[in-house]
Formats: sequence, structure tokens, C-alpha cells
Amino acid sequence: MSKAGTTSSAAAQSREDAVEVVNLTKRYGDLQAVRGVDFTVAPGETFGFLGPNGAGKSTTISMLCTLIKPTSGLAKVAGFDVVTQRSEVRRRIGLVFQDTTLDDYLTAEENLKFHAELYGVPRSQALERLETVLQMVGLWERRKGLVRTFSGGMKRRLEIARGLLHSPRVLFLDEPTVGLDPQTRSHIWSYIDDLRTKETITIFLTTHYMDEAEHCDRIAIIDQGRIVIMDTPAALKASVGRDRVQIQTDDHQAAILALKKKFGLEATVSEGQVVVHVTAGEQFVPKLFADLGMAISSVSIARPTLDDVFMTYTGRTIRDAEASSSERLAAGPWIRAARRR
Amino acid sequence: MGRDCGGVGTDPHVESHGTEPACELYLQRGLATHRPWRVDLFQRKVGMSTFSTTGLAPAAPAQVRLAGGRVQDDLRAMAMVWRRELIRFSRNRLRIVTALVQPILFLFVLGTGMASMISRAAPGAAAGSDFKTFMFPGVVAMTVLFTSIFSAVSVVWDREFGFLREMLVAPVRRSALIFGKCLGGATVATIQALIMLALAGLVHVPYAPTLLVVLVGEMALAAFVLTALGMALAARMSQVESFQVVMQFVVLPVFFLSGALFPLTGLPGWLAALTRIDPLTYVVDPMRHAVFDYLVVSPRISSAFDAGLTWGAWKVPIGLQLGLFAAFGAVMLTIAIATFSRTD
Repeated sequence: MSKAGTTSSAAAQSREDAVEVVNLTKRYGDLQAVRGVDFTVAPGETFGFLGPNGAGKSTTISMLCTLIKPTSGLAKVAGFDVVTQRSEVRRRIGLVFQDTTLDDYLTAEENLKFHAELYGVPRSQALERLETVLQMVGLWERRKGLVRTFSGGMKRRLEIARGLLHSPRVLFLDEPTVGLDPQTRSHIWSYIDDLRTKETITIFLTTHYMDEAEHCDRIAIIDQGRIVIMDTPAALKASVGRDRVQIQTDDHQAAILALKKKFGLEATVSEGQVVVHVTAGEQFVPKLFADLGMAISSVSIARPTLDDVFMTYTGRTIRDAEASSSERLAAGPWIRAARRR
Repeated sequence: MGRDCGGVGTDPHVESHGTEPACELYLQRGLATHRPWRVDLFQRKVGMSTFSTTGLAPAAPAQVRLAGGRVQDDLRAMAMVWRRELIRFSRNRLRIVTALVQPILFLFVLGTGMASMISRAAPGAAAGSDFKTFMFPGVVAMTVLFTSIFSAVSVVWDREFGFLREMLVAPVRRSALIFGKCLGGATVATIQALIMLALAGLVHVPYAPTLLVVLVGEMALAAFVLTALGMALAARMSQVESFQVVMQFVVLPVFFLSGALFPLTGLPGWLAALTRIDPLTYVVDPMRHAVFDYLVVSPRISSAFDAGLTWGAWKVPIGLQLGLFAAFGAVMLTIAIATFSRTD
């Protein structure tokens, strides 16, 4: 990152990191919500913050969106400092909050027009842009409907559309699917995935759902205000350990003996299948067929999940972490933030 | 819909039924010898480069001009905030009707009752309708007061339901947003009061064009100042419940002390003092004065109902009253802007 980039042309800026964070902290009285995080997000990347409620995800995203001031450290979004160049940052980001920020008494279209006016989208482009984003989230037909008649999922989609209306460089999604049913959640994700192919945009999102983190190019696992680990979902899972290979045979005991003899692997029987742990499941399977020397009726490979990753790096499941952090919150000055959920 | 599972032919809808992605389910069920996420990432990259070379989708987002913090941008934002108030007002017809009930009760029920009491107590001194005429400017001011404060305090609902955040994170000056909101509230309150003003003939207030112009001007000023007052109050309120507090501790005292319902002459010292620190007093008296200027009444009634506002023995000129009132509004607006600029 060059210093010149912040002052020179837009072309220079586009090569910069979309988000750059150095030793960022936030303290609320005695509560250290964010304890010094460092990371960068490349342009066009989808970057996810994964962690339990109260881990510091929303605090970090709020600092990046210039909504709260960091206690210390540096954060730049689209090349602009979130403290000293707040307006510059705000013009270049789209925000979708956990809580709805729509006007229920306006139509979908009116909500978007309001946004276009506030963000200074040129009138000549506003209508075309409005149609593009409404089509993208499948609400074009409902544009004349009052938002109060919309379902939770429709509202969230409308918020995503609104966040994109002014063509931001970085779209911040704070828990984009929280409070929605599984079907609607998967719908929202299909829109987000669609968006990633249709617009070159950097997406920064937070989630406490393990399965959702897999939609990201890279994930930072955050726990108690610190980044525990940061990598691609695949690399994170690979780092956790070995694939679980389940083999169905006619004779389990013979299979276990053969696995021990031919591959030096300790196998067990679990739920009527022979289970063995190996580092690279795919490479192992052809060898298994070639060398085991007995009939195999089926093989399946199970990956380590992000749940396993979280467990490995924090020593707790995300549910346990949530239970303890909500206790932590109840005692702290975050009560308002927690209450709003 | 859903992630691409690398063309394995799984039903992507499976994904929506559980927390495990479809690929995972598939892997556990049967034969699969590839890493789905690798394929997934690979395909995405191919997809993106395809787009950038063929131009099916813009490689960079269609660069929309960014709001530059210019005056035009602030004006656009202000105009939109104003328009939103009008849209919301026009959608809520029930509110318009409801807001008329109270002033009409005051004017025609309380007013008629008081008038008959006065004419019985002092026969021949005042025709019954004179008291209603006296009350009329006060009731119009009341309509302005209630509507303005209600519009302003609706910002607390905006806060509760999140829309305030949408406004506050926008890259425009807070002052533009607050000013737009005050203008919107003022417009709405003025429209509401115009409906009351239309009833002037029923209480023997003539529809003289110059009188109406003066009254509408004073109503509009009152509407803006009182909306600013409401915004200054609402800026610190975080709960919808606080609205009741504002009603009981601000709106009702301001209304009762303003001279809307009774003349401010010959009052006990404590009450006289309270009425003189009530900002609404300084617009009710000019409005009443405007009305009585157009009436032919006996000097006795004129001195009883339109004695003019005094500080001690000094009669405060109408111009000074309105000036003080406007200055009060400017202070409230400044407080509102300062408070909203501090909150994030």
C-alpha cells in the first residue's frame, strides 16, 4: 500500500486494499470489545467475520462503517481513513444492518429513491440503477408495495438492493440472514452469490452461522475480540485435520485388518461402517480400491466442518461461546446493543 | 440458487433443508472424489474473468458519481427528507382526522360552554360568539403545536425502527437532514392548521385575504419553530415511551400557559411569569391581534380579549414577539443539529 494512493487518482485507489485494518481496538469502559485486530481485504473479495454473538464482529463492522470511533488503531476502507475521512468512506460503502432500517410506510421504490437522493445518485442514472438492483433481488414486481406488507426475507433483500444502489466499492453485510428461516436464508445467499458474479464488489460480512461462512473467499474467526485464525474455508478445514472416510464392505473385521496391513491405518466401526481418518480423502480412495484386495460396496468422505475449525482454534463450540459471551454482555455496557436483537 | 456443487448433479434445494451445505450431504451419502469448494472457487474465478473480457457485465461497477458534499447534494437530501414527511402525512388520513378532534372539541364544546357562562355572569358584556372568536387563534396555534411536536418526535420512531440510521449514515451534512425534517414537520403542521383555519367563518372570523396571509405566515413560523423544539427534545430521546413524557411535561404546559384559552391580563404573579416564559405565548398573541384587527368590537371586549402581551407595564410589540419566537426556534434548531451531529 503506497501513501500516494490515498491522494492520487481513482485508478490508483482501485488497486488498493478494499479494507485495511491495523491493530484496531474498541473499549467500552471495562469491556474490551475488540482487542487489536489486523487484516486486509482485497478488492473483489468476499471476506467473512465468523464468531459467536458478542465476539466483536458488529463492533468491528461498525468501526469500519464509521458508525463508532475506534479506541485505537487504524482502519481504511476504499483507501480512506474511517476516522478522519468519514464522508469519503460513507460514499463508497453499502450497509445492510442486522436490524431493518427501512421506512415501513414507504413503498420499496420510495425507500430506494430516498437512498438515491441521500447518496447523490445522478437522476439520469437513478431509475436504471433502481431497476437493476430491484431485479437482482427479485422485487421489481413488488416495487409499488408498502414495505410494511413485506416478509422478513423480502425486507432483507430490499435492504441489500438499497445497499447496492449507489454502486459502493465495499458492501457491508452485518449478519445478513439473522432471524430468517433456513429457506429464506438460502435464498438470501443465492442473491449474494449472484451479486458476486454480476458486480465486481468487495463484500465484508459477519455471521455466526458456520455454514454461511463457506460462501466467503476468506474467513477470519473472531472470538473474544481477537482474530483467532484467518484463511480460506478450505484451508481452514484442511488445517483442522483429516477427512473421515467411511467404507461399506461385507466383512468389517477383514476390512479393518486389511487397512492396518496395507495402509497402516487404525480403523473403527461406527454406525455400521468402517471409519478411517486420512489426510487427503480423494487421493486415498483410488489407492483403497486398488490395494485393499476386497469388495467395497460404497465409500463416502466427510470433510471437517467449520464447526470443527472453530472448536479446534477456540476450544469451544460456537454455541458454548455464545452462552458465555451473552453472560459477558449482560454485565457490560452493551446491553442496548444486545437488547435490540 | 445455492452454491454450485461442481456439476455433480445434486439437487441444490437440499441445501435449504438443513444447516449442512448440499455438497456435504452428498459427500456423506455417496461417492464423490473431488473437493467441492475448490471447484467452486475455480469456477468463480473463471466466471469473473469471462465477464471482464466479454463485457457481459461491467468489470468495474458502473461508476456512479459520488455525492461530493456539495451544496446541491445537501439540498437534494433535504428535499427528500421533506418529501418523506409529506408522503407519510398523506398516507395517514386517520391521523389528519384525529388531529382535528381535539381542537374542535376545545373550540366548539369548551368554547361554547365558556361563552354561555361568561354571558350569564356578565349579561350584555360579550356576545357568546366573541369568546369562541377569542379562542380561535389559540386553537389554531394548538393544532400547529400538537402536529409539529408529533412530527418531530416521530424521529424517535425512526430511531426505534432503524430508519434514522439509514439517514445518519448518509454522506450528507446532518444539518441538511435536520433542516429537511423541520421543514417537513412545519409543512405538515401548517397544512393541518389550514384545515382548522377553514373553520374561521363559524366563529365570526372574516375570510379577509390579508388576514389569512398574516395568519398563515404566523402559523408557518410557529410550525417551524415548534418542530425545531420537538427535534431538540427528540434528539436525546431513545425510547418511544418518552413521547408521553414530552406530551405531559412540555406540550400540555406550553399549550395551557400560552394564552390560547384565556387572556393573559390580570393574572396572579406566578402564573403571569410562567406565561411569559412560554414560547407559544409569543405567537398566540400576534395571531390573536391579527384576528381582532379585522373585527369590529366594543372597546370593552377589545381590552378584555386583545389587551396585548405585557412585560410588567410594557406592552411588547408584535414584531419583537415574533422576533423572539423566531430566535427561540433558531436556538432549538441549533441544539437539534448539534445533538444529532454528536450521535452516531
